[in-house]
Amino acid sequence: MTTAIQQDVREQAAERFRQLGWPTTRLEEWKYTNVAPIARSEWKRASSAPATFDTQGMSLQGRALAELVFVNGHYVGPALQPAPPVVIKPIAQAPEEHYARYADYAEHPFTALNTANAQDGAYIHVQRAVEGFIHLLFIGTDGYESHPRNLIVAERGAQLSVVETFIGAGKYFTNAVTELVAKDGAVIEHTKIESESLEAFHIGTLQIHQERSSSVTSHCIATGGALVRNEINAALTGQGASVVLDGLFAPNGTQHIDNHTVIDHATPHCDSLEFYKGVLDGHSRGIFDGKVIVRPDAQKTVSRQVNNNLLLSETAIVDSKPTLEILNDDVKCNHGSTIGQLEEEPMFYLRSRGIGEEEARSLLVHAFAGEIIDRLKIEPVREQVRRALFAQLKDRLPERRERGR
Amino acid sequence: MLEIKNLKAGIDGKEILKGIDLSIQPGEVHAIMGPNGSGKSTLANVLAGRPHYEVLGGEVLYEGKDLFSMPAEERAREGVFLAMQYPVEIPGVNNTYFLKAALNAVRKHRGEEELDAMEFLQLARQKMKVVDLDESFLNRGVNEGFSGGEKKRNEIFQMAVLDPKLAILDETDSGLDIDALRIVAEGVNQLRSEKHAVLVITHYQRLLSYLVPDFVHVLANGQIVRSGGKELAMELEQKGYEWLEQEVAATS
Repeated sequence: MTTAIQQDVREQAAERFRQLGWPTTRLEEWKYTNVAPIARSEWKRASSAPATFDTQGMSLQGRALAELVFVNGHYVGPALQPAPPVVIKPIAQAPEEHYARYADYAEHPFTALNTANAQDGAYIHVQRAVEGFIHLLFIGTDGYESHPRNLIVAERGAQLSVVETFIGAGKYFTNAVTELVAKDGAVIEHTKIESESLEAFHIGTLQIHQERSSSVTSHCIATGGALVRNEINAALTGQGASVVLDGLFAPNGTQHIDNHTVIDHATPHCDSLEFYKGVLDGHSRGIFDGKVIVRPDAQKTVSRQVNNNLLLSETAIVDSKPTLEILNDDVKCNHGSTIGQLEEEPMFYLRSRGIGEEEARSLLVHAFAGEIIDRLKIEPVREQVRRALFAQLKDRLPERRERGR
Repeated sequence: MLEIKNLKAGIDGKEILKGIDLSIQPGEVHAIMGPNGSGKSTLANVLAGRPHYEVLGGEVLYEGKDLFSMPAEERAREGVFLAMQYPVEIPGVNNTYFLKAALNAVRKHRGEEELDAMEFLQLARQKMKVVDLDESFLNRGVNEGFSGGEKKRNEIFQMAVLDPKLAILDETDSGLDIDALRIVAEGVNQLRSEKHAVLVITHYQRLLSYLVPDFVHVLANGQIVRSGGKELAMELEQKGYEWLEQEVAATS
């Protein structure tokens, strides 16, 4: 099922993972997230997809141009009917000029692990501007590991939106890698909805490669999973490219959600905007670790990085680490982060009109998160995210009440 | 409707209200006047259940029930409404969504059927006319970017929609020009009936020319030092508060 080059890469990556091993918190890039629980567990590899599966209401069939469903890393359907100008093929048929050229398996252990074990995934190739979106739905089930692998290539001037959704049931481990290539003037919107089971482990990497005057927007919404790491790396390699990274993470209970991003300004006249919000409840932990690198040649770079966090309990923890690494002096860059709690005045105002405590909190949290949710352009996805966030808040209310008294 | 008995209350451990007695019957409009720092707003806030305000003694019965045993939202659902002195801006919470949620919470509590979006809009449009608010306000965030006068009119608009039994107006007249004052008074006057009661808290007499009270109480240093009819407000307007404070000091 794989090309010779993929087989070659696979072996190199496997060797590299043996050398690197599982990352530890002694590494600067991993200091907030301990993956020992993933390494310690025994995972099964599915040899095929099960006959039945539950899409948990997250299917976007009928709304998407095409929806591809994968269970435990295996493609289950539907049968693909390539329709130009979008071509969708199994990842095994991805062209070697792009496959594994961007996501760095030499330095990133989980990318090496994925590359060595990559199963099914989508290769999406678009040559013109296309309205609408493609939906990739990944489902995990108890006891399994999966290594989904995708490649999205937008040719010169092409335009496309891709949504990846991750869900499942039980304790499982998803380690996904998507490489995204935007050629000159291409416009890509990428949305990731991480709604994994609350027992699941999720490591996901989105590797963005941008050429001249291309424009990429990434939305990363994380509400599920026991231990989650969302890694997004954007390399701006052509002049005039622009990237937007939006994110919302909303852990509750004992969830741990780590957002790790790198925006690499390698050429002049590129823009980047990063806007992440965290809503943390229970005993959860959230991390925003975002780095913007401006290389010596990248004059006239404009970059802005913002991370705002809302703590809903006294026991939730957030680490916010926006970092700028600027290696030339002809740039406009700023960054900032805030950590706060729900304000008393708005809360009282809503309650004084008859709105109950639970609904008042929910209204205020949605107002906070709304800035990110409203940036999602696909309406059914926006609704899914609103519901997921609402469920996150509602689940722990009795516990919170007790603490409040 | 409202029985305040020897109410002592304060904030941050400091006693501000030092024993208030006040009885309000349905259909009545009471005005509480008094100099700055006399405890007027403390009374309004403690009745509405604002955080940090503490009850230090006495009791308040609302329709025979212990008001202080109810959380703020329950007081609202039971028909107590506080028009705030400084309405807070809540960006991101849509005015329509907010007020519809509030109204339906109140209606549900009363055992009435909840209104759907169309029914609510119809009611809202009708009530907005009373306070001369533009319909575009419905689509904005709660009080977001409203001028001072618009915020006060929005309070009265909310009051009109929620139709409380007891409306408490905490210095709703402050910062209003004469036209806005008239609009606000008109909004309150429309609520007046034999079933509704109003407690107007104000520093100045001018609102009371449009919103004529049945009773006027003067609050000074945490106590009601004089009660009377509407003519008391006129007297205060002419003489100021000083003569009363002096008189009280002389007799105590």
